[in-house]
Amino acid sequence: MAETSEYNIGTQELPLMGKVNAIPEKAVEEYFTSGHRTCQGCESALIMRLMAKAAGPRSIILGSTGCMYVANTTYYSTPWVVPWMHTQLGSSGSAATGTAAALRALMRKGKMKEEPINVIAFCGDGGGIDMGVSSISAALMHAKYNLAIICYDNESYANTDIQISGASPWGANTTFTPPGKKFRIMHDCWKKNIAAMYAVGHTRCNYVATADASYPADLIDKVRKALAVKGPAFVHTLDPCPKGWDYDPFYSHKLGELAVETGLFPLWEMTDGALTYTGISARQVYGKRRRKPVREYLETQGRFHHFVEEDYEYFQSEVDKMWDDWMVPGVIPFKVNDPSKK
Amino acid sequence: MATATEQQQGAGVHLLTGSEVMAHVCRLADVDVITAYPIRPYDTVMQYVSKFIAEGDFDADYIPAESEHGQFEIVKHASACGARVFTGSSGVGWLYAMEPLAVTAGLRLPMVALVGCRALDDPGAFGTEHNDAMLVRDLGWMINFPDTAQEVVELGLLSYRVAEDPRVYLPCAIAMDGAFLTHSQATVRLPGQEEVNAFLPPYDRGDLLLHPDNPITIAPQANEDWLMEVRRQSSEAAKNAYTVLKEAHADFSKTFGVDTDPFLDEYMTEDADVVLCGMGTLSLPVKVAIREMRKEGKKVGMVRLKWFRPFPTEELRASLSRFKAVGVIDRDYSFGSPYHGGIVFNEVKAAMYGADKVPHMKGFVCGLGGREVLLEDVKLMADKVISMGQNDTADNDVDWIGVRD
Repeated sequence: MAETSEYNIGTQELPLMGKVNAIPEKAVEEYFTSGHRTCQGCESALIMRLMAKAAGPRSIILGSTGCMYVANTTYYSTPWVVPWMHTQLGSSGSAATGTAAALRALMRKGKMKEEPINVIAFCGDGGGIDMGVSSISAALMHAKYNLAIICYDNESYANTDIQISGASPWGANTTFTPPGKKFRIMHDCWKKNIAAMYAVGHTRCNYVATADASYPADLIDKVRKALAVKGPAFVHTLDPCPKGWDYDPFYSHKLGELAVETGLFPLWEMTDGALTYTGISARQVYGKRRRKPVREYLETQGRFHHFVEEDYEYFQSEVDKMWDDWMVPGVIPFKVNDPSKK
Repeated sequence: MATATEQQQGAGVHLLTGSEVMAHVCRLADVDVITAYPIRPYDTVMQYVSKFIAEGDFDADYIPAESEHGQFEIVKHASACGARVFTGSSGVGWLYAMEPLAVTAGLRLPMVALVGCRALDDPGAFGTEHNDAMLVRDLGWMINFPDTAQEVVELGLLSYRVAEDPRVYLPCAIAMDGAFLTHSQATVRLPGQEEVNAFLPPYDRGDLLLHPDNPITIAPQANEDWLMEVRRQSSEAAKNAYTVLKEAHADFSKTFGVDTDPFLDEYMTEDADVVLCGMGTLSLPVKVAIREMRKEGKKVGMVRLKWFRPFPTEELRASLSRFKAVGVIDRDYSFGSPYHGGIVFNEVKAAMYGADKVPHMKGFVCGLGGREVLLEDVKLMADKVISMGQNDTADNDVDWIGVRD
């Protein structure tokens, strides 16, 4: 018998897509299919489909309460081809840990056939950025459990009526933060920098990435890397939401691109402690591509229609700081003081 | 040289605390996944479990969790994947896990948890009260209240056997009085591994197993279309628990050669005029006081409930109908309830309603916050019940015993 502390059931070899034109070859392989009831233009549902496609059939997927549970997984019409189980709003990390622990214990003890099985727990921004932080943080500490947490972030509690979350952008009009005559800006917090927070705080977590369904090959490869790495991994996706962000569903893909093009949501991955910018963000950070004004992104969405000139300026100045002042542009906010200057 | 735990783990008689016995039950049951989070007094069990694992005395994935919520969610999901699980908590820690506690029962997932019964803060208090464990009584959890470390062997092994029976598939709480049982040593006869294997089959989740070979969807959104049918199934499972427990108990008695009643522990009841009824370690002062009162010619006995869920309605009706009067002692409270009685008192009264012969019943609230129940407290309660029986008059007042005015 292997030492309890060392035994690892291993991970699957999942080939990377590389380019988007590799996806059609896999078009027939769907593990998230019809049966869901998500809104037209829902990018989170697309994340589910691409995530399941990336993981393949030997997977267990745990879904935290949120849109991708309530609107997505209904009795008698489940869209899931792979085994799927609901977990509570704040427990995606616990669900992944419990599932991985059961597989590990049962395989080690000879009670279940040994094979690498992908364990994915997904959560929305409520589950991954507000309530579930504690359980995800704990899950990311255990090097012996191979699991991936995917946070599909549509920037509000969209299922319950578009209420503010820790992921909602500054100033956004939500049903809990409506603009009014006395206070134009009811939501005066800046969005949590969650992926970097998990990456910095959990040194045994060997893979953390940000992704966006507008770049599907990049997303699939990041999910596959998260599953292939030994130990826990975390992927944060930004998902335009027509209902919550108040725009025509036709523009979902475009908004996903604009979030990256404006520099608001940089794409990157951290593997074994090394950071790599991916896609357009890589070109932006090395000055090969200019960031678009964030106003282009904000003006497209009804949730910012109450903005006046100074709001746009403030928002742009905060995005500029991410790229100009942060120690690691768009990722790590703090600076190191020069010890010679006291 | 044998490790400390090796010296202690063989079949035979050992000096053990209630928590320590529970750790042995986990070892003997070959539990697969265990989660821990510190809160007094349940947490001693995890100190024994972790030491067993560190010494190689048994093999489990043992995870110190980040909160009680995480603790119970982790084992809930492990149970869905076919792992035998153990966890536990106390007082407000148990309440921090209330969400997983509810869904574990709702999902019909077997789980065995130790509740080291503790008062609900605030104000902070470590001592035993049963309100923590009792909060899951309506959710589908089975709950038993052992009174001695020896009984933890019986109720611990029965908990796994009944919880994992496909006719039941419900979680089970072992509600152990904090300090009085979790931390008190007594001589205990531990069973051997072969006997335990003969009694306890491996946990088989069957076609509900969450595995790529069985790609099911568990707990999709059901709403009003299906939820009532799901609830009805849980109710049937809770009914089945009664029958399965009786069956398992008969098997337990045969396998381990013991002679106990599955539901009720009756003490000196054969010729008793009146009895005191309660749960858990109350039985110790009550039984001693009964022996002393017997010397004074007072015909008092005790009927102790071993299981609160499933509630042994028929057995209790048959038992209590034999007496003139019954005093029910609650180590819990239910503020604003009928006659402001405790939970057990009201439940026993409900069970007795409509019986052919209903004794006079009086409620007592006693020993809250871990306050010791003294012999004189028991005698005071018994005298009140005796006079109720002698005068053949009802006394609906619920008395608080051993409390400052």
